[in-house]
Amino acid sequence: MLEVRNLHVAYGGVKAVKGIDLVVAEGETVCLIGANGAGKTTTLKALARVVPGQGEIRYRGQDILHWPSYKLVGEGMALVPEGRGVFSRLTVAENLAMGAYCRNDKDGIAADLERVYKLLPRLKEREKQIAGTLSGGEQQMLAIGRALMCRPRLLLLDEPSMGLAPIMVQKVFEVIQSVAAEGVTILLVEQNAQLALSIAARGYVMESGAVTLSDKADALLTNPKVREAYLGGE
Amino acid sequence: MDILLQQLINGVTLGAVYALVALGYTMVYGIIGLINFAHGEVVMIGAMVAFTVITSLAAHTQLPPLLILLIGLVVAAPTCMLLGYGLERLAYRPLRHAPRLTPLITAIGMSIVLQNVAMIIWGRNYINFPQMIDKTSYHIGNALITNVQVAILFLSALTMVGLMWLVYRTKLGTAMRATAQDQMVAGLMGVNINRVIAAAFVIGSALAALAGLMVGTYYEIAHYQMGFMLGLKAFTAAVLGGIGNLAGAMAGGLLLGIIEALGAGYIGDLTGGFLGSHYQDIFAFFVLITVLVFRPSGLLGERVGERA
Ligand SMILES: Nc1ncnc2c1ncn2[C@@H]1O[C@H](COP(=O)(O)OP(=O)(O)OP(=O)(O)O)[C@@H](O)[C@H]1O
Ligand SMILES: [Mg+2]
Repeated sequence: MLEVRNLHVAYGGVKAVKGIDLVVAEGETVCLIGANGAGKTTTLKALARVVPGQGEIRYRGQDILHWPSYKLVGEGMALVPEGRGVFSRLTVAENLAMGAYCRNDKDGIAADLERVYKLLPRLKEREKQIAGTLSGGEQQMLAIGRALMCRPRLLLLDEPSMGLAPIMVQKVFEVIQSVAAEGVTILLVEQNAQLALSIAARGYVMESGAVTLSDKADALLTNPKVREAYLGGE
Repeated sequence: MDILLQQLINGVTLGAVYALVALGYTMVYGIIGLINFAHGEVVMIGAMVAFTVITSLAAHTQLPPLLILLIGLVVAAPTCMLLGYGLERLAYRPLRHAPRLTPLITAIGMSIVLQNVAMIIWGRNYINFPQMIDKTSYHIGNALITNVQVAILFLSALTMVGLMWLVYRTKLGTAMRATAQDQMVAGLMGVNINRVIAAAFVIGSALAALAGLMVGTYYEIAHYQMGFMLGLKAFTAAVLGGIGNLAGAMAGGLLLGIIEALGAGYIGDLTGGFLGSHYQDIFAFFVLITVLVFRPSGLLGERVGERA
């Protein structure tokens, strides 16, 4: 589904990503963990072509390194950005409609809207509400629901648990798992390594712009280095 | 005659035209944070093109006057839309990521270029705008309203309703509002940002063409510099309403037209005859300064325009 080789990203003189390799197979849930400033967000942004990168990015066999970002969503790649990125002055329904912007099949869109509302009933209740007035958790749900509206094959999630109360984090992760169960491939970036590794099959650990470890999720969960650095000690 | 009512009627008419032009400023500002100072010149070009089409049709054909006016608009609007697109594509787009003073200066430069091009084509003298409508007046109480004023009000209202429908009820409009809020995320949704920005310029320019035709018909003259003052006033209207806000541009336009007309009507009395009604332009700038000092976000704006 996704193959990344020797990806570099720099902001002016600041090298944020320094030659990482990363593979996500079809149907897999993979997580990317690492400390603040490790370059996780930058990696996702480079994959979604929001920031320019160098190296090789192959998505479903095509080299997308120079694609404009707006073309990717039509090919089934959706990014739920860090901080959610809901359109706060648009209504919930309008936000969801924006998620389906790349599609023209009215009936399909209506069916997917039903599906999203079924998965996230809170959004249906708030359909007409201005998105900026939703709670943080509701906004995260909206951001995920919006991404689902394009019928993604590959869903990139950037810290969906950020700033949410534990119960809300639980809910968000349940939603992610049910999306994965429908066969959507997922690349999940998280601070909450414990939780991320518990739903992922494999994981990558990033440190100051480089991938320093990659393994099966349960192996990472028991790896002493990972335990010490990201899982709060012993 | 009832001066108050009469000046209100005149003010609302003028205000409707300001509102149409202000919408062009505010749409572009709302999406890319640029004050397109050449927008007044787009209005001027609209008036000039309409003038050329209307005079030649009136001289060489027997078409009914209203049809000639309509053809004038049908030619002027696409011309202005193309001009607006060209400005965005050639002058502003390459500067999208430049420091924000750069496109601003470019906009002023474009305004000067367009004025000079118009001067070369249409000359430096005032042009008598052909009058295709036989003027008649109707009484409202003790005041008069002409059929031209009625037409301006009606067409402006219709156009604004159409614009609101486009922005709030269509896919393009939703994409425009989304892009205005967050270009990166709109891009992630599959919106081609460049197309949306170009659309804002093109739509604003179509409104400008209509405004140009109206101003020409209302004042019965056109001039290569007419876009300058009109543009400044419409910009003032946009700031007054809260730049970036569509409803604000409409309200600001109407309000500015009324303030100006009332000011012109009473300035003689207010200054004991010292200043005459030809000083009416000072009101717009008095309003602009007052708003910028006391409420820079405008009447309906929420955000203080750090970018302004
Ligand atoms: N727009 C930018 N301009 C300059 N430097 C940036 C920019 N965005 C990120 N950086 C830098 O790149 C590095 C990686 O940032 P990034 O946001 O990718 O980290 P992250 O792993 O997502 O961190 P966090 O867990 O805090 O979200 C950091 O050192 C950051 O300061
Ligand atoms: Mg991050």
